Amino acid sequence: MNAKNLIAKRIALELKDGYLVNLGIGIPTLVANYTPEGVNIFFESENGIIGMGPVPQDGMENPDLVNASAKYVTAMPGSSCFDSTISFGLIRGGHLDVTVLGGLQVDEKGRLANWMIPGKMIPGMGGAMDLVTGAKRVIVSMTHTAKGKPKIVKKCTLPITSIRRIDLLVTEMAVIEPTENGLVLKEIAPGVTIDEVLKNTEAHLIIPENVPTMKVE
Amino acid sequence: MQVLKPTEVIEMIPNGSTLMVGGFLGVGTPDCLMDEIIDQKKKDLTVVCNDSAFPDRGIGKLIVAKLVKKLIASHIGTNPETQQQMIKKELEVELVPQGTLAERIRAAGVGLGGILTPTGVGTSVENGKQVIELDGKKYLLELPIHSDFALIKAKRADYLGNLSYSLTARNFNPIMAMAADVVIAEVEEIVPVGAITPDEVHTPNVLVDYVIVDGRH
Repeated sequence: MNAKNLIAKRIALELKDGYLVNLGIGIPTLVANYTPEGVNIFFESENGIIGMGPVPQDGMENPDLVNASAKYVTAMPGSSCFDSTISFGLIRGGHLDVTVLGGLQVDEKGRLANWMIPGKMIPGMGGAMDLVTGAKRVIVSMTHTAKGKPKIVKKCTLPITSIRRIDLLVTEMAVIEPTENGLVLKEIAPGVTIDEVLKNTEAHLIIPENVPTMKVE
Repeated sequence: MQVLKPTEVIEMIPNGSTLMVGGFLGVGTPDCLMDEIIDQKKKDLTVVCNDSAFPDRGIGKLIVAKLVKKLIASHIGTNPETQQQMIKKELEVELVPQGTLAERIRAAGVGLGGILTPTGVGTSVENGKQVIELDGKKYLLELPIHSDFALIKAKRADYLGNLSYSLTARNFNPIMAMAADVVIAEVEEIVPVGAITPDEVHTPNVLVDYVIVDGRH
């Protein structure tokens, strides 16, 4: 299994029946492919829909029905559409059970930076700041390192997305839970050692006595 | 409400005006009005919108045609031209978190002096803004955004100007319809009064000044 699918599969285990979930662009989108059987999730998108379904068949696209990446989607029976204030009211108002976002850096305080690299890439925050501030649970998916450099750092050097501590970080090497006391190594990926995780992490990690392997097949 | 041709309605817009433009990555954007602005070379515009779409689509075309002086938006990552003009200082860009943008527009439309949001607290979005603490929680005071014109897109209008939107093409359109001096709606068809039932009216006719029909439908 490649890194992206491993991350997506592990995050999918966090989703529970009946959850309202927002998936960001990139790896987070893949999470929808791995929702456990019998678990019905309501997928929400910032542009104003609850109940997004899979990509439509060729010829069945509706130009007015897209996700937040402007890609065609379908609407499942029971879907609803609404304006941007309702959409962000759901997000900011604590109605969203889980948001899964990509990340550029996560630091020891569990703070996420994911919206710009000054001087290089300034896409804007879009809905990210509201999502991280308002969702009940914030799960970040990212590769453990970028070009060999750790992305889990002591303190974010990039502009942060929110002061809110994220709830869970999943990489291709580990599952890490930011807590009041710091970052706790909860699980390691199959075939990865704790030493390897430490070597690729700049931030201090709290290592419990027992660190199980991720339960992904 | 008056039904006009795109040429007539855009002729009313002076150079240097502030325009709100509906849409999310081009979906729900009044394309005929965008093309007409380009044909009439309206310039020095301030544009308030969710994003600058793509170089060949929606608001993105106004950016490429260099008609925009200032852009207030949440996301510019899908249009490289926006970032280039911003870096060259040809275009002033104010990036606003998406949920905050929606509420600032809504505030202007519903007579509120501002809104308090936790989004952006402790980030670069906070710079220059008043932080207000209530019951131990910090909020940013975000001020209303009003505009001279709102250029919105609906699926249908009736001959009184009642509007009905389609699926995810609704997004910012209904809130912008309340926050501008003059509201211009581009629709796919105009139907007899009564054909849009009271429950299906998303924007009441009293808010709409002009309707133009997108002849492509």
